Amino acid sequence: MNELLTIKNLSKIYHTKQGETKAIDNFSLNINNGDFIAIVGPSGCGKSTILNILANLDNKSDGEIIFNNDIKMGYMLQQDALFNWKTVLDNCLLGLEINKNLTKKNKQYVLDLLNNYGLKDFINSYPNNLSGGMRQRVALIRTLATKPDLLLIDEPFSALDYQTRLAVSDDVYNIIKQENKTAIMVTHDIAEAISMADKIVILSKRPSKIKKIIDIKLSNKSNPINNRKAKEFSYYYDLIWKEIDHV
Amino acid sequence: MFSLEHKNYLKKIRLNNFLIKLFQFLILIVFLIVWQLLSDYKIINPFIFSSPIKVIETIINLHNSGDLYNHILITVWETLISFVLGTLLGILIASIMWWNKFLAKIIDPYLTVLNSLPKVALGPILIIWVGAGMQSIIVMALLISTIITIINVYQGFISIDPIKIKLMQTFKATKTQIYFKLILPGTISNIISCFKVNISMSLIGVIMGEFLVSKEGIGYLIMYGSQVFNLDLVITGTIVLCIVAAVMYSLVLYIEKKLIKNYIE
Repeated sequence: MNELLTIKNLSKIYHTKQGETKAIDNFSLNINNGDFIAIVGPSGCGKSTILNILANLDNKSDGEIIFNNDIKMGYMLQQDALFNWKTVLDNCLLGLEINKNLTKKNKQYVLDLLNNYGLKDFINSYPNNLSGGMRQRVALIRTLATKPDLLLIDEPFSALDYQTRLAVSDDVYNIIKQENKTAIMVTHDIAEAISMADKIVILSKRPSKIKKIIDIKLSNKSNPINNRKAKEFSYYYDLIWKEIDHV
Repeated sequence: MFSLEHKNYLKKIRLNNFLIKLFQFLILIVFLIVWQLLSDYKIINPFIFSSPIKVIETIINLHNSGDLYNHILITVWETLISFVLGTLLGILIASIMWWNKFLAKIIDPYLTVLNSLPKVALGPILIIWVGAGMQSIIVMALLISTIITIINVYQGFISIDPIKIKLMQTFKATKTQIYFKLILPGTISNIISCFKVNISMSLIGVIMGEFLVSKEGIGYLIMYGSQVFNLDLVITGTIVLCIVAAVMYSLVLYIEKKLIKNYIE
Protein backbone atom coordinates (compact mmCIF):
# COMPACT_ATOMS: atom_id res chain seq x y z
CA MET A 1 0.00 0.00 0.00
CA ASN A 2 1.37 3.39 -0.86
CA GLU A 3 1.55 6.09 1.71
CA LEU A 4 -0.73 9.08 1.27
CA LEU A 5 0.42 11.26 4.10
CA THR A 6 2.50 11.22 7.23
CA ILE A 7 1.86 13.23 10.36
CA LYS A 8 4.89 13.66 12.59
CA ASN A 9 4.87 14.97 16.16
CA LEU A 10 1.94 17.30 15.62
CA SER A 11 1.09 19.63 18.53
CA LYS A 12 -1.47 22.34 18.95
CA ILE A 13 -1.72 24.99 21.62
CA TYR A 14 -4.81 27.16 22.02
CA HIS A 15 -4.49 30.68 23.33
CA THR A 16 -7.18 32.40 25.34
CA LYS A 17 -7.13 35.40 27.69
CA GLN A 18 -6.95 33.01 30.62
CA GLY A 19 -3.82 31.33 29.31
CA GLU A 20 -2.76 28.58 26.96
CA THR A 21 -4.08 25.06 26.68
CA LYS A 22 -2.26 22.24 25.02
CA ALA A 23 -4.86 20.47 22.90
CA ILE A 24 -2.71 17.98 20.99
CA ASP A 25 0.61 16.60 22.03
CA ASN A 26 2.99 14.70 19.81
CA PHE A 27 0.52 13.14 17.42
CA SER A 28 2.08 10.93 14.73
CA LEU A 29 0.26 8.81 12.17
CA ASN A 30 0.80 7.26 8.75
CA ILE A 31 -2.10 7.15 6.37
CA ASN A 32 -2.07 4.76 3.43
CA ASN A 33 -4.16 4.81 0.33
CA GLY A 34 -7.50 3.11 0.91
CA ASP A 35 -7.31 3.28 4.71
CA PHE A 36 -10.35 3.93 6.82
CA ILE A 37 -9.04 5.32 10.07
CA ALA A 38 -11.18 6.26 13.05
CA ILE A 39 -9.98 8.56 15.79
CA VAL A 40 -11.78 8.05 19.09
CA GLY A 41 -11.33 9.73 22.44
CA PRO A 42 -13.21 11.43 25.25
CA SER A 43 -15.32 14.42 24.20
CA GLY A 44 -13.51 17.74 24.07
CA CYS A 45 -10.12 16.06 23.63
CA GLY A 46 -9.26 17.87 20.42
CA LYS A 47 -10.13 15.19 17.89
CA SER A 48 -11.70 17.66 15.47
CA THR A 49 -8.68 19.94 15.79
CA ILE A 50 -6.57 17.33 14.02
CA LEU A 51 -8.96 17.37 11.06
CA ASN A 52 -9.04 21.17 11.03
CA ILE A 53 -5.25 21.28 10.89
CA LEU A 54 -5.14 18.71 8.10
CA ALA A 55 -7.71 20.73 6.14
CA ASN A 56 -5.67 23.87 6.69
CA LEU A 57 -8.49 25.59 8.60
CA ASP A 58 -6.34 25.86 11.70
CA ASN A 59 -2.59 26.32 12.22
CA LYS A 60 -0.43 23.73 13.89
CA SER A 61 1.84 24.85 16.72
CA ASP A 62 4.54 22.31 16.04
CA GLY A 63 5.28 19.15 14.05
CA GLU A 64 5.17 18.17 10.43
CA ILE A 65 2.58 17.04 7.95
CA ILE A 66 4.11 15.46 4.88
CA PHE A 67 1.88 14.93 1.87
CA ASN A 68 2.94 12.44 -0.73
CA ASN A 69 2.42 14.47 -3.88
CA ASP A 70 -0.42 16.88 -4.27
CA ILE A 71 -3.42 15.36 -2.56
CA LYS A 72 -6.84 16.91 -2.47
CA MET A 73 -8.82 16.92 0.73
CA GLY A 74 -12.58 16.73 1.28
CA TYR A 75 -14.16 17.61 4.60
CA MET A 76 -17.48 16.29 5.84
CA LEU A 77 -18.70 18.41 8.72
CA GLN A 78 -20.68 17.63 11.87
CA GLN A 79 -23.78 19.14 10.34
CA ASP A 80 -24.87 18.88 6.75
CA ALA A 81 -24.82 22.70 6.34
CA LEU A 82 -26.92 22.51 3.18
CA PHE A 83 -28.00 25.86 1.72
CA ASN A 84 -31.78 25.87 1.73
CA TRP A 85 -31.96 28.34 -1.16
CA LYS A 86 -30.11 25.96 -3.48
CA THR A 87 -31.44 22.75 -5.01
CA VAL A 88 -29.84 19.43 -4.09
CA LEU A 89 -27.85 19.50 -7.33
CA ASP A 90 -26.65 23.07 -6.82
CA ASN A 91 -25.67 22.27 -3.25
CA CYS A 92 -23.56 19.39 -4.53
CA LEU A 93 -21.94 21.61 -7.16
CA LEU A 94 -20.90 24.23 -4.59
CA GLY A 95 -17.29 23.06 -4.26
CA LEU A 96 -16.81 22.85 -8.02
CA GLU A 97 -18.38 26.28 -8.42
CA ILE A 98 -16.02 27.80 -5.84
CA ASN A 99 -12.96 26.18 -7.41
CA LYS A 100 -14.15 27.34 -10.84
CA ASN A 101 -14.04 23.75 -11.95
CA LEU A 102 -17.62 23.30 -13.06
CA THR A 103 -17.02 21.44 -16.30
CA LYS A 104 -19.62 19.29 -18.07
CA LYS A 105 -17.67 16.20 -17.09
CA ASN A 106 -17.57 17.10 -13.41
CA LYS A 107 -21.26 17.94 -13.40
CA GLN A 108 -22.01 14.57 -14.96
CA TYR A 109 -19.94 12.90 -12.24
CA VAL A 110 -22.09 14.59 -9.57
CA LEU A 111 -25.28 13.63 -11.39
CA ASP A 112 -24.06 10.02 -11.54
CA LEU A 113 -23.35 10.03 -7.82
CA LEU A 114 -26.82 11.42 -7.07
CA ASN A 115 -28.42 8.83 -9.35
CA ASN A 116 -26.40 5.95 -7.92
CA TYR A 117 -27.02 6.77 -4.30
CA GLY A 118 -30.79 7.07 -4.22
CA LEU A 119 -31.26 10.79 -4.79
CA LYS A 120 -32.38 10.54 -8.39
CA ASP A 121 -35.86 11.92 -7.74
CA PHE A 122 -34.60 14.73 -5.53
CA ILE A 123 -31.98 16.34 -7.79
CA ASN A 124 -34.08 19.47 -8.25
CA SER A 125 -35.70 19.46 -4.80
CA TYR A 126 -34.75 21.79 -2.00
CA PRO A 127 -33.05 20.48 1.16
CA ASN A 128 -36.15 21.22 3.30
CA ASN A 129 -37.95 18.36 1.56
CA LEU A 130 -35.29 15.80 2.47
CA SER A 131 -35.01 13.45 5.44
CA GLY A 132 -32.03 13.65 7.78
CA GLY A 133 -30.38 10.63 6.20
CA MET A 134 -30.83 11.97 2.68
CA ARG A 135 -29.37 15.33 3.71
CA GLN A 136 -26.29 13.52 5.01
CA ARG A 137 -25.91 11.69 1.70
CA VAL A 138 -26.18 14.99 -0.17
CA ALA A 139 -23.50 16.43 2.11
CA LEU A 140 -21.22 13.47 1.31
CA ILE A 141 -21.78 13.82 -2.42
CA ARG A 142 -21.04 17.55 -2.13
CA THR A 143 -17.71 16.55 -0.56
CA LEU A 144 -17.02 13.86 -3.16
CA ALA A 145 -17.82 16.21 -6.06
CA THR A 146 -14.35 17.76 -5.98
CA LYS A 147 -12.84 14.24 -6.19
CA PRO A 148 -10.79 14.37 -2.99
CA ASP A 149 -8.04 11.82 -2.35
CA LEU A 150 -8.59 11.96 1.39
CA LEU A 151 -11.88 12.38 3.21
CA LEU A 152 -11.95 14.02 6.62
CA ILE A 153 -15.13 13.07 8.43
CA ASP A 154 -16.05 14.87 11.65
CA GLU A 155 -18.78 13.04 13.62
CA PRO A 156 -21.09 13.29 10.64
CA PHE A 157 -23.90 11.31 12.24
CA SER A 158 -24.05 12.95 15.63
CA ALA A 159 -27.09 15.04 14.74
CA LEU A 160 -29.15 12.02 13.66
CA ASP A 161 -31.39 9.73 15.69
CA TYR A 162 -30.12 6.20 16.32
CA GLN A 163 -32.10 4.42 13.59
CA THR A 164 -31.11 6.90 10.90
CA ARG A 165 -27.58 6.91 12.21
CA LEU A 166 -27.11 3.20 11.59
CA ALA A 167 -28.61 3.41 8.12
CA VAL A 168 -26.62 6.50 7.13
CA SER A 169 -23.32 5.14 8.41
CA ASP A 170 -23.98 2.11 6.24
CA ASP A 171 -24.70 4.35 3.23
CA VAL A 172 -21.70 6.54 3.77
CA TYR A 173 -19.41 3.57 4.28
CA ASN A 174 -20.60 1.91 1.09
CA ILE A 175 -20.20 5.07 -0.92
CA ILE A 176 -16.68 5.63 0.40
CA LYS A 177 -15.66 2.05 -0.33
CA GLN A 178 -17.24 2.00 -3.78
CA GLU A 179 -15.60 5.26 -4.75
CA ASN A 180 -12.31 3.92 -3.38
CA LYS A 181 -11.60 6.77 -1.01
CA THR A 182 -9.24 7.06 1.91
CA ALA A 183 -10.91 8.41 5.03
CA ILE A 184 -10.16 9.66 8.52
CA MET A 185 -13.22 9.76 10.73
CA VAL A 186 -13.48 11.38 14.13
CA THR A 187 -16.13 9.95 16.45
CA HIS A 188 -16.87 9.36 20.10
CA ASP A 189 -18.99 6.31 19.35
CA ILE A 190 -16.84 3.20 19.85
CA ALA A 191 -19.28 0.84 18.12
CA GLU A 192 -19.44 3.10 15.10
CA ALA A 193 -15.65 3.20 14.91
CA ILE A 194 -15.25 -0.58 15.11
CA SER A 195 -17.98 -1.23 12.56
CA MET A 196 -16.48 1.14 9.99
CA ALA A 197 -12.73 1.49 10.41
CA ASP A 198 -9.73 -0.71 9.61
CA LYS A 199 -7.64 1.06 12.18
CA ILE A 200 -8.62 2.91 15.35
CA VAL A 201 -6.50 5.59 16.99
CA ILE A 202 -7.35 6.09 20.68
CA LEU A 203 -6.60 9.51 22.11
CA SER A 204 -6.19 10.40 25.76
CA LYS A 205 -7.97 13.33 27.36
CA ARG A 206 -6.41 16.79 27.05
CA PRO A 207 -3.66 17.26 26.03
CA SER A 208 -4.42 14.52 23.51
CA LYS A 209 -1.73 11.93 23.06
CA ILE A 210 -2.05 8.69 21.15
CA LYS A 211 -2.71 5.97 23.72
CA LYS A 212 -2.99 3.09 21.34
CA ILE A 213 -3.52 2.24 17.70
CA ILE A 214 -5.59 -0.88 17.10
CA ASP A 215 -5.97 -2.72 13.80
CA ILE A 216 -9.49 -4.01 13.45
CA LYS A 217 -9.70 -7.47 11.93
CA LEU A 218 -13.26 -8.73 11.76
CA SER A 219 -14.23 -12.04 10.25
CA ASN A 220 -16.66 -11.72 7.32
CA LYS A 221 -16.11 -7.98 7.14
CA SER A 222 -18.85 -6.39 5.09
CA ASN A 223 -21.00 -3.32 5.76
CA PRO A 224 -21.12 -1.58 9.18
CA ILE A 225 -24.47 -3.04 10.28
CA ASN A 226 -23.29 -6.60 9.64
CA ASN A 227 -19.88 -5.89 11.10
CA ARG A 228 -21.59 -5.23 14.41
CA LYS A 229 -22.52 -8.94 14.46
CA ALA A 230 -18.93 -10.15 14.03
CA LYS A 231 -17.71 -12.32 16.90
CA GLU A 232 -14.67 -10.10 17.53
CA PHE A 233 -16.84 -7.02 17.91
CA SER A 234 -17.33 -7.18 21.68
CA TYR A 235 -13.68 -8.03 22.22
CA TYR A 236 -12.63 -4.82 20.47
CA TYR A 237 -15.35 -2.89 22.23
CA ASP A 238 -14.03 -3.92 25.64
CA LEU A 239 -10.45 -3.24 24.61
CA ILE A 240 -11.20 0.29 23.49
CA TRP A 241 -13.60 1.03 26.33
CA LYS A 242 -10.84 0.23 28.84
CA GLU A 243 -8.33 2.42 27.03
CA ILE A 244 -10.47 5.52 26.81
CA ASP A 245 -10.22 7.97 29.69
CA HIS A 246 -13.57 8.36 31.30
CA VAL A 247 -13.93 11.83 32.65
CA MET B 1 -65.12 15.72 -2.75
CA PHE B 2 -64.67 16.81 0.88
CA SER B 3 -66.42 15.33 3.87
CA LEU B 4 -69.23 17.30 5.46
CA GLU B 5 -67.06 18.04 8.48
CA HIS B 6 -64.36 19.52 6.28
CA LYS B 7 -66.93 21.65 4.43
CA ASN B 8 -68.21 22.99 7.73
CA TYR B 9 -64.68 23.69 8.82
CA LEU B 10 -64.00 25.70 5.65
CA LYS B 11 -67.31 27.52 6.06
CA LYS B 12 -66.35 28.51 9.59
CA ILE B 13 -63.02 29.95 8.44
CA ARG B 14 -64.70 31.91 5.65
CA LEU B 15 -67.34 33.26 8.01
CA ASN B 16 -64.68 34.29 10.49
CA ASN B 17 -62.70 36.16 7.84
CA PHE B 18 -65.83 37.85 6.59
CA LEU B 19 -66.75 39.02 10.09
CA ILE B 20 -63.29 40.49 10.64
CA LYS B 21 -63.53 42.46 7.39
CA LEU B 22 -67.08 43.55 8.24
CA PHE B 23 -66.11 44.90 11.65
CA GLN B 24 -63.06 46.65 10.25
CA PHE B 25 -65.33 48.42 7.76
CA LEU B 26 -68.05 49.14 10.35
CA ILE B 27 -65.62 50.83 12.73
CA LEU B 28 -64.61 53.23 9.94
CA ILE B 29 -68.21 54.00 8.96
CA VAL B 30 -69.40 54.49 12.55
CA PHE B 31 -66.42 56.73 13.25
CA LEU B 32 -67.18 58.90 10.19
CA ILE B 33 -70.91 59.16 10.99
CA VAL B 34 -70.31 60.02 14.66
CA TRP B 35 -67.70 62.59 13.67
CA GLN B 36 -70.11 64.18 11.18
CA LEU B 37 -73.02 64.22 13.66
CA LEU B 38 -70.97 65.65 16.51
CA SER B 39 -69.80 68.37 14.20
CA ASP B 40 -73.29 69.05 12.75
CA TYR B 41 -74.84 69.42 16.22
CA LYS B 42 -71.90 71.59 17.35
CA ILE B 43 -71.00 69.17 20.16
CA ILE B 44 -67.45 69.52 18.94
CA ASN B 45 -66.21 72.75 17.42
CA PRO B 46 -66.35 72.17 13.62
CA PHE B 47 -63.74 74.87 13.10
CA ILE B 48 -61.15 72.97 15.14
CA PHE B 49 -62.27 69.40 14.56
CA SER B 50 -63.50 69.74 10.97
CA SER B 51 -65.87 67.04 9.63
CA PRO B 52 -65.88 64.32 6.98
CA ILE B 53 -67.91 66.47 4.58
CA LYS B 54 -65.52 69.40 5.00
CA VAL B 55 -62.59 67.08 4.35
CA ILE B 56 -64.21 65.90 1.13
CA GLU B 57 -64.85 69.52 0.12
CA THR B 58 -61.22 70.38 0.78
CA ILE B 59 -60.07 67.42 -1.31
CA ILE B 60 -62.36 68.53 -4.16
CA ASN B 61 -60.98 72.08 -3.95
CA LEU B 62 -57.41 70.80 -4.00
CA HIS B 63 -58.32 68.54 -6.88
CA ASN B 64 -59.84 71.43 -8.84
CA SER B 65 -56.81 73.64 -8.31
CA GLY B 66 -54.60 70.69 -9.33
CA ASP B 67 -52.46 71.11 -6.19
CA LEU B 68 -53.39 67.80 -4.56
CA TYR B 69 -51.58 65.54 -7.03
CA ASN B 70 -48.51 67.70 -7.07
CA HIS B 71 -48.21 67.50 -3.28
CA ILE B 72 -48.77 63.75 -3.25
CA LEU B 73 -46.31 63.16 -6.08
CA ILE B 74 -43.61 65.23 -4.43
CA THR B 75 -43.93 63.35 -1.14
CA VAL B 76 -44.04 59.94 -2.84
CA TRP B 77 -41.07 60.83 -5.03
CA GLU B 78 -38.99 62.00 -2.06
CA THR B 79 -39.92 58.89 -0.11
CA LEU B 80 -38.99 56.56 -2.96
CA ILE B 81 -35.61 58.25 -3.48
CA SER B 82 -34.83 58.01 0.24
CA PHE B 83 -36.06 54.44 0.38
CA VAL B 84 -33.87 53.26 -2.49
CA LEU B 85 -30.81 55.25 -1.44
CA GLY B 86 -31.23 54.37 2.25
CA THR B 87 -31.59 50.66 1.55
CA LEU B 88 -28.61 50.52 -0.83
CA LEU B 89 -26.43 52.64 1.43
CA GLY B 90 -27.42 50.56 4.47
CA ILE B 91 -26.60 47.29 2.75
CA LEU B 92 -23.31 48.71 1.47
CA ILE B 93 -22.18 49.91 4.89
CA ALA B 94 -23.31 46.67 6.56
CA SER B 95 -21.27 44.76 3.95
CA ILE B 96 -18.18 46.84 4.66
CA MET B 97 -18.66 46.16 8.36
CA TRP B 98 -18.97 42.41 7.72
CA TRP B 99 -15.86 42.56 5.59
CA ASN B 100 -13.88 44.34 8.26
CA LYS B 101 -14.91 43.22 11.76
CA PHE B 102 -12.25 45.47 13.25
CA LEU B 103 -13.89 48.51 11.70
CA ALA B 104 -17.30 47.21 12.79
CA LYS B 105 -16.17 47.10 16.40
CA ILE B 106 -14.75 50.61 16.15
CA ILE B 107 -17.90 52.23 14.79
CA ASP B 108 -20.32 50.23 16.93
CA PRO B 109 -20.77 52.85 19.72
CA TYR B 110 -21.22 55.64 17.15
CA LEU B 111 -23.94 53.66 15.42
CA THR B 112 -25.69 53.04 18.72
CA VAL B 113 -25.67 56.75 19.58
CA LEU B 114 -26.81 57.78 16.09
CA ASN B 115 -29.57 55.17 16.22
CA SER B 116 -30.97 56.40 19.51
CA LEU B 117 -30.65 60.08 18.62
CA PRO B 118 -33.99 61.58 17.55
CA LYS B 119 -33.02 62.60 14.03
CA VAL B 120 -35.45 65.53 14.01
CA ALA B 121 -33.01 67.29 16.34
CA LEU B 122 -30.61 67.51 13.41
CA GLY B 123 -33.20 69.40 11.33
CA PRO B 124 -32.01 72.95 12.02
CA ILE B 125 -28.40 72.00 11.29
CA LEU B 126 -29.40 70.24 8.10
CA ILE B 127 -31.21 73.31 6.79
CA ILE B 128 -28.07 75.38 7.24
CA TRP B 129 -25.64 72.78 5.96
CA VAL B 130 -27.56 71.24 3.10
CA GLY B 131 -29.94 74.07 2.23
CA ALA B 132 -33.67 74.56 2.57
CA GLY B 133 -34.87 72.33 -0.23
CA MET B 134 -35.51 68.81 -1.31
CA GLN B 135 -31.90 67.86 -0.43
CA SER B 136 -32.52 68.48 3.26
CA ILE B 137 -35.66 66.41 3.21
CA ILE B 138 -33.90 63.47 1.58
CA VAL B 139 -30.90 63.69 3.89
CA MET B 140 -33.27 63.68 6.87
CA ALA B 141 -35.07 60.58 5.56
CA LEU B 142 -31.74 58.91 4.78
CA LEU B 143 -30.49 59.50 8.31
CA ILE B 144 -33.53 57.72 9.65
CA SER B 145 -33.68 54.79 7.24
CA THR B 146 -29.97 54.11 6.64
CA ILE B 147 -28.95 53.58 10.23
CA ILE B 148 -31.72 51.13 11.00
CA THR B 149 -30.92 49.27 7.75
CA ILE B 150 -27.24 49.02 8.65
CA ILE B 151 -28.08 47.56 12.04
CA ASN B 152 -30.67 45.08 10.77
CA VAL B 153 -28.71 43.87 7.75
CA TYR B 154 -25.45 43.57 9.68
CA GLN B 155 -27.26 41.54 12.32
CA GLY B 156 -28.44 39.24 9.52
CA PHE B 157 -24.91 38.95 8.12
CA ILE B 158 -23.31 37.93 11.41
CA SER B 159 -26.04 35.46 12.32
CA ILE B 160 -25.18 33.21 9.37
CA ASP B 161 -24.42 29.75 10.73
CA PRO B 162 -20.62 29.49 11.34
CA ILE B 163 -20.66 25.87 10.15
CA LYS B 164 -21.71 27.14 6.70
CA ILE B 165 -18.76 29.53 6.66
CA LYS B 166 -16.52 26.64 7.68
CA LEU B 167 -17.96 24.61 4.82
CA MET B 168 -17.04 27.38 2.38
CA GLN B 169 -13.53 27.45 3.84
CA THR B 170 -13.10 23.71 3.39
CA PHE B 171 -13.57 24.39 -0.33
CA LYS B 172 -10.96 27.15 -0.03
CA ALA B 173 -13.47 29.88 -0.86
CA THR B 174 -12.20 33.46 -0.94
CA LYS B 175 -13.85 36.13 1.18
CA THR B 176 -15.57 37.52 -1.91
CA GLN B 177 -16.98 34.07 -2.68
CA ILE B 178 -18.18 33.63 0.89
CA TYR B 179 -19.91 37.01 0.67
CA PHE B 180 -21.63 36.49 -2.66
CA LYS B 181 -22.39 32.79 -2.42
CA LEU B 182 -23.33 32.51 1.25
CA ILE B 183 -23.69 35.75 3.22
CA LEU B 184 -25.77 37.72 0.73
CA PRO B 185 -28.10 34.94 -0.47
CA GLY B 186 -28.38 33.68 3.12
CA THR B 187 -29.69 37.01 4.40
CA ILE B 188 -31.92 37.92 1.47
CA SER B 189 -35.08 37.38 3.53
CA ASN B 190 -33.71 39.70 6.25
CA ILE B 191 -32.97 42.31 3.63
CA ILE B 192 -36.42 42.03 2.09
CA SER B 193 -38.11 42.37 5.46
CA CYS B 194 -35.99 45.48 5.94
CA PHE B 195 -37.83 47.02 2.98
CA LYS B 196 -41.03 47.12 5.03
CA VAL B 197 -39.39 48.98 7.89
CA ASN B 198 -37.57 51.27 5.49
CA ILE B 199 -40.56 52.48 3.53
CA SER B 200 -42.21 53.64 6.76
CA MET B 201 -38.95 55.14 8.05
CA SER B 202 -38.41 57.03 4.81
CA LEU B 203 -41.92 58.45 4.90
CA ILE B 204 -41.45 59.59 8.51
CA GLY B 205 -38.20 61.27 7.52
CA VAL B 206 -39.72 62.94 4.49
CA ILE B 207 -42.68 64.37 6.43
CA MET B 208 -40.35 65.59 9.15
CA GLY B 209 -38.21 67.22 6.50
CA GLU B 210 -41.24 68.79 4.83
CA PHE B 211 -42.39 70.22 8.16
CA LEU B 212 -39.06 71.94 8.46
CA VAL B 213 -38.18 73.19 5.04
CA SER B 214 -40.45 72.51 2.15
CA LYS B 215 -42.65 74.49 -0.15
CA GLU B 216 -44.46 71.43 -1.50
CA GLY B 217 -45.57 68.00 -0.36
CA ILE B 218 -48.11 66.60 2.08
CA GLY B 219 -45.99 67.59 5.08
CA TYR B 220 -45.97 71.15 3.79
CA LEU B 221 -49.76 71.03 3.27
CA ILE B 222 -50.28 70.06 6.92
CA MET B 223 -47.77 72.66 8.17
CA TYR B 224 -49.25 75.42 6.00
CA GLY B 225 -52.77 74.53 7.17
CA SER B 226 -51.79 74.83 10.82
CA GLN B 227 -50.02 78.15 10.26
CA VAL B 228 -53.07 79.78 8.62
CA PHE B 229 -55.28 77.97 11.18
CA ASN B 230 -57.13 76.09 8.45
CA LEU B 231 -57.80 72.87 10.39
CA ASP B 232 -59.78 71.40 7.47
CA LEU B 233 -56.56 71.44 5.50
CA VAL B 234 -54.54 69.92 8.35
CA ILE B 235 -56.94 67.03 8.81
CA THR B 236 -57.30 66.52 5.05
CA GLY B 237 -53.50 66.40 4.76
CA THR B 238 -53.29 63.84 7.53
CA ILE B 239 -55.93 61.64 5.93
CA VAL B 240 -54.26 61.84 2.51
CA LEU B 241 -51.00 60.89 4.24
CA CYS B 242 -52.67 57.85 5.82
CA ILE B 243 -53.83 56.71 2.39
CA VAL B 244 -50.42 57.31 0.77
CA ALA B 245 -48.66 55.43 3.58
CA ALA B 246 -51.06 52.50 3.33
CA VAL B 247 -50.70 52.27 -0.45
CA MET B 248 -46.90 52.39 -0.36
CA TYR B 249 -46.74 49.85 2.45
CA SER B 250 -48.96 47.38 0.65
CA LEU B 251 -46.92 47.88 -2.49
CA VAL B 252 -43.75 46.90 -0.64
CA LEU B 253 -45.59 43.99 0.96
CA TYR B 254 -46.65 42.82 -2.50
CA ILE B 255 -43.10 43.11 -3.85
CA GLU B 256 -41.78 41.26 -0.80
CA LYS B 257 -44.21 38.40 -1.34
CA LYS B 258 -43.24 38.17 -5.03
CA LEU B 259 -39.51 38.25 -4.29
CA ILE B 260 -39.67 35.67 -1.51
CA LYS B 261 -41.82 33.41 -3.63
CA ASN B 262 -39.32 33.57 -6.47
CA TYR B 263 -36.39 33.14 -4.19
CA ILE B 264 -37.28 30.41 -1.78
CA GLU B 265 -38.97 27.67 -3.81
